[in-house]
Amino acid sequence: MSISAKTLDKNEYFYGHKACAGCGGSLAVRNVLKVLGKNAVAVLPAGCMSAVGFNFPQLCFANNAIISTFAGTASMLTGIEAGFRRRGIKDFTAVGFAGDGGTADIGIQALSGAIDRNDNIIYICYDNEAYMNTGIQKSGLTPFGAKTTTTPAGSNIHGNIRPKKNMFEIVAAHDIPYAATATVGYMNDFLNKVEKASKIQGTKYIHVIAPCPTGWGIPVSDTIDAAREIVDCGLWYLAEYENHEFKLSRDPKTFTSVEDYLRKQARFKHLTDEDIKIITDSRDKKWEFIRKNWN
Amino acid sequence: MIKPTVREKKNFGFADVPEDTSFEAGYLVSVNSGWRSIRPVVNTDKCIGCMQCYLYCPDGVISIQENKAVIDYDFCKGCGICSKICKPGAIGMERER
Repeated sequence: MSISAKTLDKNEYFYGHKACAGCGGSLAVRNVLKVLGKNAVAVLPAGCMSAVGFNFPQLCFANNAIISTFAGTASMLTGIEAGFRRRGIKDFTAVGFAGDGGTADIGIQALSGAIDRNDNIIYICYDNEAYMNTGIQKSGLTPFGAKTTTTPAGSNIHGNIRPKKNMFEIVAAHDIPYAATATVGYMNDFLNKVEKASKIQGTKYIHVIAPCPTGWGIPVSDTIDAAREIVDCGLWYLAEYENHEFKLSRDPKTFTSVEDYLRKQARFKHLTDEDIKIITDSRDKKWEFIRKNWN
Repeated sequence: MIKPTVREKKNFGFADVPEDTSFEAGYLVSVNSGWRSIRPVVNTDKCIGCMQCYLYCPDGVISIQENKAVIDYDFCKGCGICSKICKPGAIGMERER
Protein backbone atom coordinates (compact mmCIF):
# COMPACT_ATOMS: atom_id res chain seq x y z
CA MET A 1 0.00 0.00 0.00
CA SER A 2 1.36 3.37 -0.90
CA ILE A 3 2.17 5.90 1.78
CA SER A 4 -0.18 8.83 2.23
CA ALA A 5 -1.22 11.10 5.09
CA LYS A 6 -3.87 8.56 6.06
CA THR A 7 -1.58 5.53 6.19
CA LEU A 8 1.34 7.31 7.83
CA ASP A 9 2.45 6.25 11.33
CA LYS A 10 0.66 8.49 13.84
CA ASN A 11 3.59 8.48 16.26
CA GLU A 12 5.82 11.54 16.26
CA TYR A 13 9.51 10.63 16.46
CA PHE A 14 10.91 14.12 15.95
CA TYR A 15 9.01 16.55 18.11
CA GLY A 16 9.64 19.68 20.12
CA HIS A 17 12.81 20.47 18.20
CA LYS A 18 14.26 23.96 17.98
CA ALA A 19 14.37 24.36 14.20
CA CYS A 20 13.31 27.72 12.77
CA ALA A 21 9.61 28.10 11.99
CA GLY A 22 8.83 26.67 8.57
CA CYS A 23 11.97 24.52 8.40
CA GLY A 24 11.99 22.15 5.41
CA GLY A 25 14.74 19.94 6.83
CA SER A 26 12.86 19.16 10.02
CA LEU A 27 9.78 18.29 7.97
CA ALA A 28 11.83 15.79 5.98
CA VAL A 29 13.30 14.17 9.12
CA ARG A 30 9.94 14.02 10.85
CA ASN A 31 8.16 12.28 8.00
CA VAL A 32 10.98 9.90 7.06
CA LEU A 33 11.04 8.63 10.65
CA LYS A 34 7.28 8.12 10.46
CA VAL A 35 7.79 5.91 7.41
CA LEU A 36 10.66 3.92 8.92
CA GLY A 37 9.04 3.53 12.34
CA LYS A 38 10.28 3.21 15.89
CA ASN A 39 13.15 0.88 15.11
CA ALA A 40 14.90 3.40 12.89
CA VAL A 41 18.33 4.37 14.18
CA ALA A 42 19.04 7.90 13.04
CA VAL A 43 22.53 9.26 12.47
CA LEU A 44 22.93 13.01 12.20
CA PRO A 45 26.22 14.76 11.54
CA ALA A 46 26.95 18.35 12.48
CA GLY A 47 24.24 20.41 10.85
CA CYS A 48 20.88 21.97 11.52
CA MET A 49 19.08 18.79 12.48
CA SER A 50 21.60 17.77 15.12
CA ALA A 51 21.78 21.33 16.43
CA VAL A 52 18.00 21.55 16.85
CA GLY A 53 17.39 18.00 17.99
CA PHE A 54 19.98 17.44 20.69
CA ASN A 55 20.22 20.20 23.31
CA PHE A 56 21.07 18.40 26.53
CA PRO A 57 18.94 17.52 28.42
CA GLN A 58 16.45 18.06 25.63
CA LEU A 59 16.34 15.11 23.19
CA CYS A 60 13.75 15.59 20.51
CA PHE A 61 14.01 12.12 18.99
CA ALA A 62 11.73 9.39 20.33
CA ASN A 63 13.72 6.72 18.51
CA ASN A 64 17.43 5.99 18.74
CA ALA A 65 19.45 8.87 17.38
CA ILE A 66 23.10 9.79 17.48
CA ILE A 67 25.31 12.63 16.32
CA SER A 68 28.21 11.60 14.11
CA THR A 69 31.30 13.48 13.05
CA PHE A 70 30.67 15.88 10.19
CA ALA A 71 32.50 13.70 7.70
CA GLY A 72 31.35 10.38 9.10
CA THR A 73 27.58 10.04 8.62
CA ALA A 74 27.86 7.10 6.27
CA SER A 75 30.68 5.40 8.16
CA MET A 76 28.73 5.58 11.40
CA LEU A 77 25.75 4.08 9.58
CA THR A 78 28.03 1.28 8.42
CA GLY A 79 29.11 0.65 12.00
CA ILE A 80 25.59 0.70 13.38
CA GLU A 81 24.35 -1.71 10.73
CA ALA A 82 27.29 -4.06 11.30
CA GLY A 83 26.91 -3.86 15.08
CA PHE A 84 23.22 -4.71 15.08
CA ARG A 85 23.79 -7.50 12.56
CA ARG A 86 26.53 -8.99 14.72
CA ARG A 87 24.20 -8.95 17.74
CA GLY A 88 21.54 -10.75 15.76
CA ILE A 89 19.09 -7.83 15.70
CA LYS A 90 17.26 -7.75 12.39
CA ASP A 91 14.31 -5.43 12.82
CA PHE A 92 15.92 -2.01 12.44
CA THR A 93 16.81 0.55 9.79
CA ALA A 94 20.01 2.56 9.89
CA VAL A 95 19.17 5.95 8.43
CA GLY A 96 21.36 9.03 8.11
CA PHE A 97 20.19 12.61 7.73
CA ALA A 98 22.93 14.87 6.45
CA GLY A 99 22.66 18.34 5.00
CA ASP A 100 23.94 19.35 1.60
CA GLY A 101 27.36 20.34 2.94
CA GLY A 102 27.60 17.20 5.05
CA THR A 103 26.85 15.14 1.95
CA ALA A 104 28.32 16.78 -1.12
CA ASP A 105 31.40 18.34 0.47
CA ILE A 106 32.46 17.01 3.85
CA GLY A 107 30.80 13.59 3.94
CA ILE A 108 31.22 12.54 0.32
CA GLN A 109 34.18 10.25 0.96
CA ALA A 110 32.42 8.28 3.70
CA LEU A 111 29.28 8.06 1.57
CA SER A 112 31.25 6.85 -1.43
CA GLY A 113 32.92 4.22 0.75
CA ALA A 114 29.61 2.99 2.13
CA ILE A 115 28.13 2.67 -1.36
CA ASP A 116 31.27 0.85 -2.49
CA ARG A 117 30.82 -1.67 0.34
CA ASN A 118 27.07 -1.75 -0.40
CA ASP A 119 26.20 -1.51 3.29
CA ASN A 120 22.52 -1.91 4.06
CA ILE A 121 21.75 1.70 5.01
CA ILE A 122 19.55 4.60 3.96
CA TYR A 123 21.23 7.95 3.46
CA ILE A 124 18.99 11.00 3.23
CA CYS A 125 20.51 14.25 2.06
CA TYR A 126 18.23 17.15 3.01
CA ASP A 127 19.37 19.83 0.64
CA ASN A 128 18.78 23.42 1.72
CA GLU A 129 21.49 24.60 -0.66
CA ALA A 130 24.03 26.08 1.79
CA TYR A 131 25.56 25.61 5.23
CA MET A 132 22.53 27.12 6.95
CA ASN A 133 23.34 26.03 10.50
CA THR A 134 26.50 28.13 10.70
CA GLY A 135 24.94 31.17 9.07
CA ILE A 136 24.55 30.52 5.34
CA GLN A 137 27.90 29.70 3.74
CA LYS A 138 28.18 28.31 0.23
CA SER A 139 28.26 24.53 -0.11
CA GLY A 140 28.84 22.34 -3.14
CA LEU A 141 25.08 22.23 -3.63
CA THR A 142 24.49 25.99 -3.59
CA PRO A 143 23.05 26.90 -6.99
CA PHE A 144 24.51 29.41 -9.42
CA GLY A 145 23.79 33.02 -8.50
CA ALA A 146 22.75 32.40 -4.89
CA LYS A 147 23.96 34.94 -2.36
CA THR A 148 25.58 33.47 0.74
CA THR A 149 27.95 35.02 3.28
CA THR A 150 30.90 33.47 1.44
CA THR A 151 29.57 34.28 -2.03
CA PRO A 152 28.28 37.82 -1.54
CA ALA A 153 26.53 39.68 -4.33
CA GLY A 154 28.43 42.74 -5.50
CA SER A 155 28.55 44.76 -8.66
CA ASN A 156 31.18 42.49 -10.26
CA ILE A 157 30.25 39.06 -9.01
CA HIS A 158 26.60 38.18 -8.55
CA GLY A 159 26.64 35.59 -5.80
CA ASN A 160 27.80 32.03 -6.35
CA ILE A 161 29.75 31.64 -9.59
CA ARG A 162 29.58 27.83 -9.72
CA PRO A 163 26.63 25.59 -10.54
CA LYS A 164 25.12 23.07 -8.14
CA LYS A 165 27.09 19.84 -7.86
CA ASN A 166 25.31 16.95 -9.51
CA MET A 167 25.10 14.82 -6.39
CA PHE A 168 22.36 12.45 -7.56
CA GLU A 169 24.31 11.38 -10.62
CA ILE A 170 27.57 11.19 -8.65
CA VAL A 171 25.89 8.70 -6.33
CA ALA A 172 24.26 6.84 -9.22
CA ALA A 173 27.67 6.55 -10.89
CA HIS A 174 28.61 4.12 -8.09
CA ASP A 175 25.89 1.88 -9.50
CA ILE A 176 24.07 2.10 -6.18
CA PRO A 177 21.06 -0.26 -5.71
CA TYR A 178 18.68 2.66 -5.27
CA ALA A 179 18.94 6.43 -5.46
CA ALA A 180 16.21 9.01 -5.82
CA THR A 181 15.57 12.73 -5.81
CA ALA A 182 12.59 14.31 -4.13
CA THR A 183 11.27 17.50 -2.59
CA VAL A 184 9.40 18.14 0.64
CA GLY A 185 6.85 19.97 -1.51
CA TYR A 186 5.64 16.69 -3.03
CA MET A 187 5.52 14.68 0.14
CA ASN A 188 3.73 11.57 -1.15
CA ASP A 189 6.33 11.09 -3.87
CA PHE A 190 9.13 11.55 -1.33
CA LEU A 191 7.71 9.23 1.31
CA ASN A 192 6.93 6.49 -1.19
CA LYS A 193 10.54 6.63 -2.34
CA VAL A 194 11.65 6.29 1.29
CA GLU A 195 9.35 3.31 1.73
CA LYS A 196 10.64 1.73 -1.46
CA ALA A 197 14.22 2.31 -0.30
CA SER A 198 13.50 0.67 3.06
CA LYS A 199 12.66 -2.61 1.30
CA ILE A 200 15.78 -2.71 -0.88
CA GLN A 201 18.92 -4.50 0.27
CA GLY A 202 22.11 -2.45 0.01
CA THR A 203 22.88 1.24 0.09
CA LYS A 204 20.07 3.66 -0.65
CA TYR A 205 20.42 7.39 -1.23
CA ILE A 206 17.61 9.93 -1.34
CA HIS A 207 18.27 13.56 -2.13
CA VAL A 208 15.43 15.77 -0.93
CA ILE A 209 15.10 19.50 -1.48
CA ALA A 210 14.25 21.12 1.85
CA PRO A 211 13.89 24.90 1.61
CA CYS A 212 15.29 27.03 4.42
CA PRO A 213 13.22 30.22 4.86
CA THR A 214 16.06 31.85 6.80
CA GLY A 215 18.72 31.17 4.19
CA TRP A 216 16.59 31.52 1.08
CA GLY A 217 14.95 34.72 2.19
CA ILE A 218 11.34 33.62 1.86
CA PRO A 219 8.42 33.96 4.31
CA VAL A 220 8.25 31.05 6.77
CA SER A 221 4.85 30.04 5.41
CA ASP A 222 6.25 29.63 1.87
CA THR A 223 8.52 26.61 2.42
CA ILE A 224 6.18 24.16 0.69
CA ASP A 225 5.39 26.55 -2.16
CA ALA A 226 9.11 27.03 -2.85
CA ALA A 227 9.72 23.29 -2.63
CA ARG A 228 7.02 22.73 -5.25
CA GLU A 229 7.99 25.59 -7.50
CA ILE A 230 11.63 24.46 -7.80
CA VAL A 231 10.31 21.28 -9.43
CA ASP A 232 7.58 22.99 -11.44
CA CYS A 233 10.03 25.46 -12.98
CA GLY A 234 12.48 22.68 -13.86
CA LEU A 235 15.41 23.67 -11.65
CA TRP A 236 15.01 20.37 -9.82
CA TYR A 237 13.83 17.02 -11.11
CA LEU A 238 12.13 14.06 -9.47
CA ALA A 239 13.88 10.89 -10.55
CA GLU A 240 15.02 7.44 -9.48
CA TYR A 241 18.04 5.30 -10.23
CA GLU A 242 17.43 1.60 -9.99
CA ASN A 243 18.59 -1.55 -11.80
CA HIS A 244 21.35 0.44 -13.51
CA GLU A 245 18.86 2.85 -15.06
CA PHE A 246 17.65 6.38 -14.55
CA LYS A 247 13.93 7.01 -14.56
CA LEU A 248 12.01 10.28 -14.28
CA SER A 249 9.21 10.24 -11.71
CA ARG A 250 7.74 13.32 -13.27
CA ASP A 251 8.31 14.72 -16.75
CA PRO A 252 6.60 18.12 -16.94
CA LYS A 253 5.40 19.09 -20.40
CA THR A 254 5.80 22.75 -19.63
CA PHE A 255 7.79 24.58 -17.02
CA THR A 256 6.70 27.53 -14.96
CA SER A 257 8.86 30.65 -15.08
CA VAL A 258 12.36 30.36 -13.60
CA GLU A 259 12.36 34.12 -13.08
CA ASP A 260 9.21 33.98 -10.92
CA TYR A 261 10.80 31.29 -8.76
CA LEU A 262 14.07 33.19 -8.34
CA ARG A 263 12.57 36.64 -7.76
CA LYS A 264 10.62 35.45 -4.73
CA GLN A 265 13.83 34.66 -2.86
CA ALA A 266 16.07 37.26 -1.25
CA ARG A 267 19.18 35.19 -2.04
CA PHE A 268 18.54 35.76 -5.78
CA LYS A 269 17.31 39.34 -5.48
CA HIS A 270 20.45 40.83 -7.08
CA LEU A 271 20.35 38.69 -10.25
CA THR A 272 20.30 40.52 -13.56
CA ASP A 273 18.24 39.44 -16.56
CA GLU A 274 21.43 37.95 -18.09
CA ASP A 275 22.03 35.88 -14.95
CA ILE A 276 18.50 34.55 -15.13
CA LYS A 277 19.02 33.71 -18.79
CA ILE A 278 22.14 31.70 -17.85
CA ILE A 279 20.09 29.78 -15.28
CA THR A 280 17.21 29.20 -17.70
CA ASP A 281 19.57 28.03 -20.44
CA SER A 282 21.33 25.63 -18.10
CA ARG A 283 17.94 24.25 -17.07
CA ASP A 284 17.00 23.65 -20.70
CA LYS A 285 20.33 22.00 -21.38
CA LYS A 286 19.94 19.74 -18.36
CA TRP A 287 16.46 18.66 -19.42
CA GLU A 288 17.64 18.04 -22.95
CA PHE A 289 20.28 15.71 -21.50
CA ILE A 290 17.77 14.01 -19.19
CA ARG A 291 15.22 13.39 -21.90
CA LYS A 292 17.83 12.11 -24.30
CA ASN A 293 19.62 9.76 -21.90
CA TRP A 294 17.12 8.70 -19.23
CA ASN A 295 14.09 6.51 -19.69
CA MET B 1 1.38 6.84 21.18
CA ILE B 2 5.11 7.39 20.91
CA LYS B 3 6.09 11.05 21.08
CA PRO B 4 8.68 13.14 22.95
CA THR B 5 7.09 14.63 26.07
CA VAL B 6 7.89 17.43 28.49
CA ARG B 7 9.46 16.18 31.73
CA GLU B 8 10.61 17.82 34.89
CA LYS B 9 13.59 20.07 34.32
CA LYS B 10 16.18 18.95 36.81
CA ASN B 11 19.32 20.87 37.53
CA PHE B 12 21.77 18.69 35.69
CA GLY B 13 25.29 19.03 37.03
CA PHE B 14 28.46 18.02 35.27
CA ALA B 15 28.20 14.64 36.96
CA ASP B 16 24.88 14.02 35.18
CA VAL B 17 26.10 14.84 31.69
CA PRO B 18 26.33 11.55 29.82
CA GLU B 19 29.92 10.58 29.12
CA ASP B 20 28.94 8.60 26.07
CA THR B 21 26.27 9.49 23.57
CA SER B 22 23.31 7.97 25.35
CA PHE B 23 20.47 9.81 27.00
CA GLU B 24 16.77 9.15 27.41
CA ALA B 25 14.94 9.47 24.09
CA GLY B 26 12.07 11.91 23.68
CA TYR B 27 13.07 13.98 26.71
CA LEU B 28 11.80 17.54 26.42
CA VAL B 29 12.25 20.25 29.03
CA SER B 30 10.92 23.34 27.27
CA VAL B 31 8.08 24.30 24.94
CA ASN B 32 8.26 26.41 21.77
CA SER B 33 5.06 28.38 22.11
CA GLY B 34 6.91 31.61 22.92
CA TRP B 35 8.34 31.68 19.38
CA ARG B 36 5.01 32.61 17.86
CA SER B 37 3.70 36.01 16.87
CA ILE B 38 0.72 34.57 15.00
CA ARG B 39 -1.22 31.39 15.71
CA PRO B 40 -3.22 29.05 13.48
CA VAL B 41 -6.86 28.65 14.42
CA VAL B 42 -8.94 25.80 12.98
CA ASN B 43 -12.48 26.49 11.85
CA THR B 44 -13.98 23.07 12.55
CA ASP B 45 -17.00 23.78 10.35
CA LYS B 46 -14.77 24.09 7.30
CA CYS B 47 -12.22 21.40 8.23
CA ILE B 48 -12.77 18.20 6.22
CA GLY B 49 -10.04 16.17 7.90
CA CYS B 50 -7.96 15.80 4.71
CA MET B 51 -4.77 15.67 6.82
CA GLN B 52 -2.68 17.86 4.53
CA CYS B 53 -1.81 20.22 7.41
CA TYR B 54 -0.77 17.21 9.46
CA LEU B 55 1.38 15.92 6.60
CA TYR B 56 3.19 19.21 5.97
CA CYS B 57 3.64 20.57 9.52
CA PRO B 58 7.43 20.77 10.14
CA ASP B 59 6.86 20.48 13.88
CA GLY B 60 4.27 17.71 13.78
CA VAL B 61 1.97 19.64 16.09
CA ILE B 62 -1.23 18.87 14.19
CA SER B 63 -3.15 15.70 14.83
CA ILE B 64 -6.51 14.69 13.42
CA GLN B 65 -9.06 13.91 16.10
CA GLU B 66 -12.61 12.97 15.16
CA ASN B 67 -11.85 13.99 11.59
CA LYS B 68 -10.82 17.54 12.54
CA ALA B 69 -7.38 19.14 12.84
CA VAL B 70 -6.25 19.79 16.41
CA ILE B 71 -3.17 21.91 17.12
CA ASP B 72 -0.73 21.47 20.01
CA TYR B 73 -0.07 25.11 20.85
CA ASP B 74 2.76 24.23 23.22
CA PHE B 75 4.97 23.37 20.25
CA CYS B 76 3.45 25.30 17.32
CA LYS B 77 5.87 27.98 16.07
CA GLY B 78 3.25 29.80 14.01
CA CYS B 79 4.92 29.36 10.61
CA GLY B 80 1.58 29.30 8.80
CA ILE B 81 2.34 26.41 6.44
CA CYS B 82 -0.88 24.68 7.57
CA SER B 83 -2.93 27.74 6.75
CA LYS B 84 -1.46 27.96 3.24
CA ILE B 85 -1.73 24.24 2.51
CA CYS B 86 -5.38 24.05 3.63
CA LYS B 87 -7.56 23.84 0.52
CA PRO B 88 -10.93 24.47 2.20
CA GLY B 89 -9.41 27.49 3.97
CA ALA B 90 -10.24 26.12 7.40
CA ILE B 91 -7.10 27.40 9.13
CA GLY B 92 -6.75 31.12 9.74
CA MET B 93 -3.80 32.91 11.31
CA GLU B 94 -4.52 35.20 14.24
CA ARG B 95 -2.23 37.62 16.00
CA GLU B 96 -0.97 36.47 19.40
CA ARG B 97 -1.86 38.79 22.22
